[in-house]
Amino acid sequence: MYEGAIQDLIDELGRLPGVGPKSAQRIAFHVLSADPTDVNRLAGALRKVKELVRFCTTCYNVAESEQCRICRDPRRTNEVLCVVEEPKDVVAIERTGEFRGRYHVLGGAINPLEGIGPDNLRIRELMIRLGEGTVRELILATDPNTEGEATATYLALMVKPMGISVTRLASGLPVGGDLEYADEITLGRAFEGRRAV
Amino acid sequence: MAGYRRQLYRDDAVVLRVQKLGESDRIITLLTRRHGRLRAVARGIRRTTSKFGARLEPFGHVDLQLAGDPKGNHGSSLHTVSQVEGIDLYGKRFLGDYPRYTAASAIAETAERLTPVEREPSLRLFQLTVGALKALSRGEHATTLVLDAYLLRGMALAGWAPALIACAVCGTPGRHRAFSVPAGGAVCPDCRPPGAAHPAPATIDLMSALTTGDWVVADATESGVRRECSGLVAAHLQWHLERALRSLPLVDRGPSVAGTIPPPGGAGATMLQPGGDVAAGADGASRERAE
Repeated sequence: MYEGAIQDLIDELGRLPGVGPKSAQRIAFHVLSADPTDVNRLAGALRKVKELVRFCTTCYNVAESEQCRICRDPRRTNEVLCVVEEPKDVVAIERTGEFRGRYHVLGGAINPLEGIGPDNLRIRELMIRLGEGTVRELILATDPNTEGEATATYLALMVKPMGISVTRLASGLPVGGDLEYADEITLGRAFEGRRAV
Repeated sequence: MAGYRRQLYRDDAVVLRVQKLGESDRIITLLTRRHGRLRAVARGIRRTTSKFGARLEPFGHVDLQLAGDPKGNHGSSLHTVSQVEGIDLYGKRFLGDYPRYTAASAIAETAERLTPVEREPSLRLFQLTVGALKALSRGEHATTLVLDAYLLRGMALAGWAPALIACAVCGTPGRHRAFSVPAGGAVCPDCRPPGAAHPAPATIDLMSALTTGDWVVADATESGVRRECSGLVAAHLQWHLERALRSLPLVDRGPSVAGTIPPPGGAGATMLQPGGDVAAGADGASRERAE
């Protein structure tokens, strides 16, 4: 146990995800020996992220104003909406440079084991957006795991009666992987989604 | 621990739950055939190039090689998954059917809660869980009936079976009209505590049928009787567990979208047998080898 401010810092750092007591101690002593300018910049960034960053009122992505950069962009089409679980999924899709539509961030996936049901996600807000009538295609880009697939199934059941085209991201063999290590589900999906070359 | 070396050992298991760990790992909660419930780390499983792929998704029956001390006397309680192959990955059959997915979640959570101590073998609960997931994946019976049958038999294995053919308090045999969860099941008029429920006789009959595996009677029941049965079973279970199951209120009790994903192996019947055993074929299921 250390005294005063250094122990407070170790305790606070230890509450961060993935940071254990030893790591917290190492970071705290790094901060102690670092240049005061660097430490002030880190403190400023921490303060700023809490003061400025909020959720976009339209898509619930992270934003620094009422609407996020993507929702404000007039060059994007309103006819295609991509549903993702988390804001970091928006960044992953944006990196591809393939998608020019809008997003809707659910804030997670349906997971009964963790007590997360449809009411705990932003599904009601999604239905309100779809009810405006501008969306022609809904792309379900939830994670390709059990919870993500169940969420996609639930959304498809809800949205299809509205006459909107519902599509799901393809899944199959990863580029750079070996076929012999592919599991039954992934290989089965790859066969289902094969295409003429 | 000085002198302790991690052993490699093999077992088959049902995947009950997965939780994210660090950058790309997951903690997998498993109900194993020989070593009871245990938790193991699957390193790098969230990477797209992971050799584990989708084999360690919830509800799958898998054959594993684990590293750690199977008796739990030495080292970390967290074992490491070194190899895995699918025996029957039931989860993939629930993906296109939301009611079955929510019911499977309730089965997995119940299995976890009925095994409070890690590494305490519970073969009958393992067999019951595999049988329930298999029955659910085949879609031969209503989703809620399979779930309630699992909950009733799971409680029987834990020693909490509700009294259905005799008074829970005095043991007087007969079909009693009142049902009291705190008393432990059906109660005679003399023992009936205040606030006891009065379910329809058909509801008690359905609970008996689900406990003994009389699916002819169970399948013939009406939706109102099934709803009442589900309510009593859930109340009875949560009374004994002393804490609510998180997944149970989220079970979609609407009609199952049976047929969207064809059942494997044709029309072979899989019935949960009285006492928690599964019918022949459950263990020797067609193995989906990944080798």
